Amino acid sequence: MKNLEGYVGFANLPNQVYRKSVKRGFEFTLMVVGESGLGKSTLINSLFLTDLYSKDYPGPSQRIKKTVQVEQSKVLIKEGGVQLTLTIVDTPGFGDAVDNSNCWQPVINYIDSKFEDFLNAESRVNRRQMPDNRVHCCLYFIAPSGHGLKPLDIEFMKRLHDKVNVIPLIAKADTLTPEECQLFKKQIMKEIQEHKIKIYEFPDTEDDEDSKLIRKIKEKMPLAVVGSNVVIEVNGRKVRGRQYPWGVAEVENGEHCDFTVLRNMLIRTHMQDLKDVTNNVHYENYRSKKLAAVTCNGVDATKNKGQLTKSPLAQMEEERREHVMKMKKMETEMEQVFEMKVKEKKQKLKDSEAELERRHEQMKKNLEAQYKELEEKRHQFEEEKANWETQQRILEQQKLDASKTMEKNKKKGKIF
Amino acid sequence: MQERTMAATEIARQAGEGARGVPLSGHVGFDSMPDQLVNKSVNHGFCFNILCVGETGLGKSTLMDTLFNTKFEGEPTQHNQPGVQLKSNTYELQESNVRLKLTVVNTVGFGDQINKEDSYKSIVEFIDTQFEAYLQEELKIKRTLHSYHDTRIHACLYFIAPTGHSLKSLDLVTMKKLDSKVNIIPIIAKSDAISKSELTKFKIKITSELVSNGVQIYQFPTDDETVAEINSTMNGHLPFAVVGSTEEVKIGNKMVRARQYPWGTVQVENENHCDFVKLREMLIRVNMEDLREQTHTRHYELYRRCKLEEMGFKDTDPDSKPFSLQETYEAKRNEFMGELQKKEEEMRQMFVQRVKEKEAELKEAEKELHEKFDRLKKLHQDEKKKLEDKKKSLDDELNGFKQKKTAAELLQAQTQQAGSSATLKKDKERKNSGFL
Repeated sequence: MKNLEGYVGFANLPNQVYRKSVKRGFEFTLMVVGESGLGKSTLINSLFLTDLYSKDYPGPSQRIKKTVQVEQSKVLIKEGGVQLTLTIVDTPGFGDAVDNSNCWQPVINYIDSKFEDFLNAESRVNRRQMPDNRVHCCLYFIAPSGHGLKPLDIEFMKRLHDKVNVIPLIAKADTLTPEECQLFKKQIMKEIQEHKIKIYEFPDTEDDEDSKLIRKIKEKMPLAVVGSNVVIEVNGRKVRGRQYPWGVAEVENGEHCDFTVLRNMLIRTHMQDLKDVTNNVHYENYRSKKLAAVTCNGVDATKNKGQLTKSPLAQMEEERREHVMKMKKMETEMEQVFEMKVKEKKQKLKDSEAELERRHEQMKKNLEAQYKELEEKRHQFEEEKANWETQQRILEQQKLDASKTMEKNKKKGKIF
Repeated sequence: MQERTMAATEIARQAGEGARGVPLSGHVGFDSMPDQLVNKSVNHGFCFNILCVGETGLGKSTLMDTLFNTKFEGEPTQHNQPGVQLKSNTYELQESNVRLKLTVVNTVGFGDQINKEDSYKSIVEFIDTQFEAYLQEELKIKRTLHSYHDTRIHACLYFIAPTGHSLKSLDLVTMKKLDSKVNIIPIIAKSDAISKSELTKFKIKITSELVSNGVQIYQFPTDDETVAEINSTMNGHLPFAVVGSTEEVKIGNKMVRARQYPWGTVQVENENHCDFVKLREMLIRVNMEDLREQTHTRHYELYRRCKLEEMGFKDTDPDSKPFSLQETYEAKRNEFMGELQKKEEEMRQMFVQRVKEKEAELKEAEKELHEKFDRLKKLHQDEKKKLEDKKKSLDDELNGFKQKKTAAELLQAQTQQAGSSATLKKDKERKNSGFL
């Protein structure tokens, strides 16, 4: 860490960020899930101090549904120069049927479709506007039975805790006494832990003040809330509350319910973190599963674990390189086999040639021997002939001489 | 820090589409959102990457030291570098509660070679490499973008030599190659070498040359009313004429950073002496975030788009229906597999061909060999026949001779017999006569 002498000015960066974010405006998508009649719409109105659902835009509670619907309402609210596009996603019909199996499916489908939209937008070649319509937070309303979680509650939260930040709330908490509420909360948290349900967790901070606050909030989970659309005057103050013959349950009174805690946490301190967790954890979860499916094409997941760190394209590049190596190897092998066969054949040819040569040589030799033999025979013959002829000549001569002598003798007469 | 950013008005409009405005009856509290966002960013820390491009000796390192009030590492470089290299150093700075990871990249050897044609290449390559690294991270299946150390260049300070005349052609060429990849802020270096009047003319010349060559330098943004005025004024002072110094001189009763000459002292932070303060104001105090944003939304997107198009990705199929990500990847994968198979097939075919050819060759050789030996055989047959003939003729002669011999012998024998009988007669006669 370098120490700077004199003011450089990048400490102004946060202001620059602030300025730009205000210009851009903010978005937030909040989902509310729970059986009808648990006061979901009222709570939303109380949270955002507006009539989100009014006569002109009636809330889902006014409509009777046979199946679970997922409906969204978008409103633009401004405060202190800050603009927020708020989307409220409601799930009328949830848990209202006799058979509620799979009533969470439309909810899951909705969340996934928003992830899908974002993924496709993010993956386009030409990326332009990328509005963030992903669900940043899901308020799950638990009926104030005082006993524990219903099987549907457990089932729903288990299925959704990997897809969205789940914040369980005890609805209509004004039907529970503080003691009952305490017990109820304890029971619920116990069951949540037992079933390994991951509800939204507050991030740790280094700030001591904040840490204390966070610990206090954690002790109060799940938050027990009361909502109201009605403003009542209590002791000269105008408060939102529910009027009973025995008194007024004030929405914003910390001793009456945890509404203020919820509002502060959800809107004033952790709204950004809810978005960040959605983006960095839930969305990335969805995306990596989706892309792994595309790349690995249903191959055994464990085999491909090491490949999940790459992008599908890098994966293909890797595969291409592997293929090139494989081809090279194949090529070398084929080359070798080829060479070997050629060598074999050539050798055969050579052997065959040598054999033929040899035979030819032999025949030639044979022939030459015969020639020689013949020569000798002729030579012998010539010699013999010459001898004989010489002999004959001698004989002839002798004969001639003899006949001459006889003639002579004859001439001499037979003088004896 | 990763933001889903876009032109602010665009988002507000888009988000506002389909959203109705409702009044609030009290203080909800979401006006703390900007603060929440700021807190997150501060906790996360910021990062900023500056690239300094300029010839050796223009005071790049000194200016960085002056801007950030610190002594960064590094030895002054010599002029004998064989090519342009980029050296980057990362520093962790802190000011009040803001942590900044600053990376300063220097071009070493820029403008020193005799042939400077390829000087810009290593710079472009470097910038692209950072984009590529980010793109690869973004495309990974399991990615960690929010903790990724962003190395993309957010600002490029282009140092212009204080000739007082005009831009060098190397400058124009380089800036033209960089303007679509990075935010360029041109500055006149060592501007204490230029007089005020010359400076005005120099700035005008530079600006007009940039315009006439179509070089897009970074414009300080004027869309936010808070800073529109100061930014637009500053845009008119570009390029900034700066002087850097880490030495301090006592002026009055203060120690200020300055350069001391016999004829006077140039004070770095005196706006009459140079534009250093303007540069610092614009670069760091006012527009640092915008520089980062522009890099991400404009320069990086352009790189990404080109890269993906190069790889054959499209947003819509031939019927102009948009592809889903899955379809795109599957299509790409199929194409890829097909390519690989084709290559394999081609190689096999080639081998089959070669084998065929070689076989034909060898067959030919075999045929020739057989022909040769057939010829030899024939020759041999001929020879044999000749030999046979000769033998036969010899035999004939022999037979003839034998006959002759036999005949002669016979004759001889006869003659002898006759002779001998004659002799015998004679002998007898003689004998007989002898008695008388």
